[in-house]
Amino acid sequence: MSAEPLRRRRRGRLPFSPWHLVLVPVTLVFVVPLLWLLVSSFMSNAQINRFPPTIIPDSLHIEGYRYVVRNALFPRWFLNSAIVSLAVVVGNLIFGVLAGYAFARMRFRGSRLLLAVMLGTLIIPFQITMIPTFLIMKKLALIDTLGAVIVPSLVTPFAVFLFRQFFLNLPREIEEAAWIDGCSRLRTLWSVVVPMARPALSTVAVLTFLTTWNDLAWPLIAINNDHNYTLQLGLATFQGQHRTQWSAVMAGNLIAVVPVLVAFLAAQRTFIQSLTSSAVKG
Amino acid sequence: MRRLSEAGTAWAYVFPACLIILGLGILPMIWSFILSLQVSDLITPPEWIGFKNYEVISRDPHFRAAVGHTLVYTALFVPLVIAAGLGLALLLNRRIRLIGLYRTLVFVPFVVSATAQGVLFSFIFESHFGLANAVLRWFSIPPQGFFTDEHQALYLLVLIGLWSGVGFCVVVFLAALQDIQEELVEAAALDGAGRWATFRYVVWPALQPVTIFLLVWQTLQALQVFDLVFVTTRGGPLESTTVVVFFVWQQAFQQFNAGYAAAAAYVLAFVLLVLSIGVRFARRRDT
Repeated sequence: MSAEPLRRRRRGRLPFSPWHLVLVPVTLVFVVPLLWLLVSSFMSNAQINRFPPTIIPDSLHIEGYRYVVRNALFPRWFLNSAIVSLAVVVGNLIFGVLAGYAFARMRFRGSRLLLAVMLGTLIIPFQITMIPTFLIMKKLALIDTLGAVIVPSLVTPFAVFLFRQFFLNLPREIEEAAWIDGCSRLRTLWSVVVPMARPALSTVAVLTFLTTWNDLAWPLIAINNDHNYTLQLGLATFQGQHRTQWSAVMAGNLIAVVPVLVAFLAAQRTFIQSLTSSAVKG
Repeated sequence: MRRLSEAGTAWAYVFPACLIILGLGILPMIWSFILSLQVSDLITPPEWIGFKNYEVISRDPHFRAAVGHTLVYTALFVPLVIAAGLGLALLLNRRIRLIGLYRTLVFVPFVVSATAQGVLFSFIFESHFGLANAVLRWFSIPPQGFFTDEHQALYLLVLIGLWSGVGFCVVVFLAALQDIQEELVEAAALDGAGRWATFRYVVWPALQPVTIFLLVWQTLQALQVFDLVFVTTRGGPLESTTVVVFFVWQQAFQQFNAGYAAAAAYVLAFVLLVLSIGVRFARRRDT
């Protein structure tokens, strides 16, 4: 080995790792469609109908946003989705903690069988339950209300199981000390166990929010009146009816995407950890 | 006395979860099976017809077409999403500047709803002024019909599925890669193993459990694809993207053949069940 090729290599060396030359184009594949969503939502319909499109528009327009807020029910749908997501997240936290705690710490007849059956429901596919669930919601007079979207997801086997696993790994001694001090079961659960369960609570909250906010199939079946649409259902319908008004469609689309993006970027670590832990262990 | 009250409290804690999970899980599952043995439009009283729905469905050309489309989608999507996920994970599994940013950006499409993806890509693949045709024109390729072309629509759905689905595979593979002990890889290198040999004999065996998990998970997801189809093509053009769940939804809530729809759903559910139980057994035998 002479020194010559070594020196040449050093001279031709990039100021950064050569992997960036691969990583940048690969990453662009994932980012460009989302950037195009952002850019086109600020275009006028005239700009959008131009072919080939101008990649960087010469002027910004908010006519899409104006249309979506004034002439469509987007604000209402946004509110509906927020209500539904909040109710479902809170429901899963409360009922999931209660059931998960009972399964982890209390003895009662049939608890094992009950837990097994609950977990078994995880593999029942949605298309099997959707028709009878529709009929049940109709009987309860909930069809066409937000209640029909909230109730079936109010507590999921996923939340129950996740909390149970978490509580099983907590040391019992702290709770026992609280009982000896005269705390009731519920009191112990609320003021001793729940504060320790932060990681599990955030995992359930984040994943439940994502699936609820993004769901389309069930709201599509459960809701007819456009005042009660969720944001995803509203967006899908709006796009079907306004094929010529792409600037409004893209503005609406951006509004539907931003909350999950913000939630994801804010809680990225929790997000990815909870996804991978359920994958790698499950 | 103490015992009794504990059991009582436990039941009170479990009750809401029981009511919803069993009442809207187990009960509908049984009800759906009963429905599949009936003719029902969800309004007038149903009529018993035994297994006739299943008989008719086995000969229904529309259902067969839907099964075909679902299988094509799944057979393309699953291997591609896993291969791409593994490739990207290996690419992203290194310590260089900005690597966190790259990982985040690759994963971001996963949190975008199928509805938003569908709307966005309907726009990008719009056949008159869409960005995709502009890019093709730049390479002097004639404009394509995309979603309006019955020979392209299904493959386009696979492509969109990959765009958003690969991020999940990447984070799972990355987590598994980071669990592999570095000494193991270094030892292999010291023993003279090349890159490929290290991957083949050290890394790949360690990735097998998550690969199986992803294989099953993605297959179950692919067989049940619906939202994206509903938003982009509504099963068209010429029924070329009618997948099984879309067929079920159409039969139940557009044509009001609830019994028939329930039978179709049960056929799919049976396949899914056999698949997930089969894999569980195979996995148990391995460990």
